Amino acid sequence: MEFKDTQAIYLQIADYINEQILLGKWQAEEKIPSVRELAVTLEVNPNTVMRTCELLQQQEIIANKRGIGYFIQSDAVKKIIAAKKAAFISNELPQFFRNLYLLDMTLDDLKPYYATFRQNKLNGHEN
Amino acid sequence: MINIQSLTFSYKPGRPLFENLNLQLQPGHIYGLLGKNGAGKSTLLKQITGLLFPDAGKVEVFGEVASERNPSFLQDIFLVPEELYLPKVKIKQYLATRACFYPNFDHKAFAAYLKEFDIPQHQYLPEMSYGQKKKFVISFALAANTRVLVMDEPTNGLDIPSKSIFRKLIAGTLTDDKCIIISTHQVRDLDNLIDSIVIIDNHRIIFREAVETVTDKLSFKVVPQLNPAETVLYADSNLRGHAIVTPNQHQEHSRIDMELLFNAVLSNRQSIQEIFN
Repeated sequence: MEFKDTQAIYLQIADYINEQILLGKWQAEEKIPSVRELAVTLEVNPNTVMRTCELLQQQEIIANKRGIGYFIQSDAVKKIIAAKKAAFISNELPQFFRNLYLLDMTLDDLKPYYATFRQNKLNGHEN
Repeated sequence: MINIQSLTFSYKPGRPLFENLNLQLQPGHIYGLLGKNGAGKSTLLKQITGLLFPDAGKVEVFGEVASERNPSFLQDIFLVPEELYLPKVKIKQYLATRACFYPNFDHKAFAAYLKEFDIPQHQYLPEMSYGQKKKFVISFALAANTRVLVMDEPTNGLDIPSKSIFRKLIAGTLTDDKCIIISTHQVRDLDNLIDSIVIIDNHRIIFREAVETVTDKLSFKVVPQLNPAETVLYADSNLRGHAIVTPNQHQEHSRIDMELLFNAVLSNRQSIQEIFN
C-alpha cells in the first residue's frame, strides 16, 4: 500500500480498513486480520495499527472480542458511509462546486458522465 | 529496559563524545536513533551492547551492567553492525557455532527469513555480496529472538524489494517485551516502522519523543506560500512549495516528516523544547 504524505498513517490505515469493508472484501460479523498481520502487510509499526483499531472501536465500526481479535460490527457499513458522506460534503464538495461554477456547468450537465461511470462500475470495470 | 545515566565517554582525552548523557528506553517500541555524522550514534549502540565501556556513568540493560558482559546479558541482546565481518564458512557452519549462544534462537524462522530474502541455504559467506551478507545477518539477528535488538544502518546496501521485506520482518517481530533500536540516515526507508525518535547531538540526547506526541504537538505540511502570521519552526523550500513544521494549533492529524523534524530540532532547539516541555 502506498501511503500519502499528508495524513497521519494511523488514519490512512483506518481508511484502508473502511474501504475493505465497503468493498465487501471483509464482511460484517467477521474477524479482521490481526494487528500483527496488518502491520506486516502494510509494513508499519504494530503500535500504529493498534491505534487505528482503538479509533475504529471508538467509532463502533469494529469490536474487540477478548483474546480473539477485532470483529466487524453488523452495522459497520452504514456507519462508515454516514461518516464518509459527512466528510465528502464538508471537504470535497465545496471545491467540486467551485469548479462547476467556474466552468459554468450545471448539475444536469454531469448526469451523462455519472451514468457512464455507474454503468462501468456495474460491469465490473476498474475506477 | 535500557537505562543510561550520566554517561561520559571519549575516544581521545579532552575531547568528550558524550557528557552526562541520559536515555531510558522501554520495551514494546521501535526507536529511531538520529544524529549527524560523528554525533556518536554507533558509539552509543556499542555502549548499549557492551562493546565499549563508559568513562563515567552507567549503562544498564534489563538491570544488567552492559560492560560486565554477563552471559545472561549477551544471550538476550544482538547488534547488527554497519560493517560486517563474517568468518570464511558456510551458513550451516555459522549457525552450528553461533546459534547456540542464543537460547531463544528460532531455526525455523531463520530458514523462513533467508527464503524471504532469497538467499540460498548453502551459501559460502565470503562469496556473498554486501547486500546479501547484510540480509543474512539481519535474518540471524531476528531469529536470535533477543529482547533487545540493535541495528546500525540496517537498510544500507539493501535493494528496493529487500527494504520492503525488511520492513515486513521487523513489523512481524516486535512484541511487548522487545525493544528495537535502529540508527539510520535513511529515515524514509523506515518512517512507518519507528514509533519513537531519539536525536543525539552535541554530546547529549537532545530529543526523545513518541511519534504520536510529535504529531500531537507539531504539524507537518507543504504550503505554496509562507504565511507571515503563522509561527514556522522550520521551513524547507523546494519546487513543490515550502515544507514546514509549525506548532499544531488546530488539532491537525498530519504525517510526521522525520527529516524535517530532525532539521527543525537541530536548528531551532529552544522553540521545540518549549513546545514539548
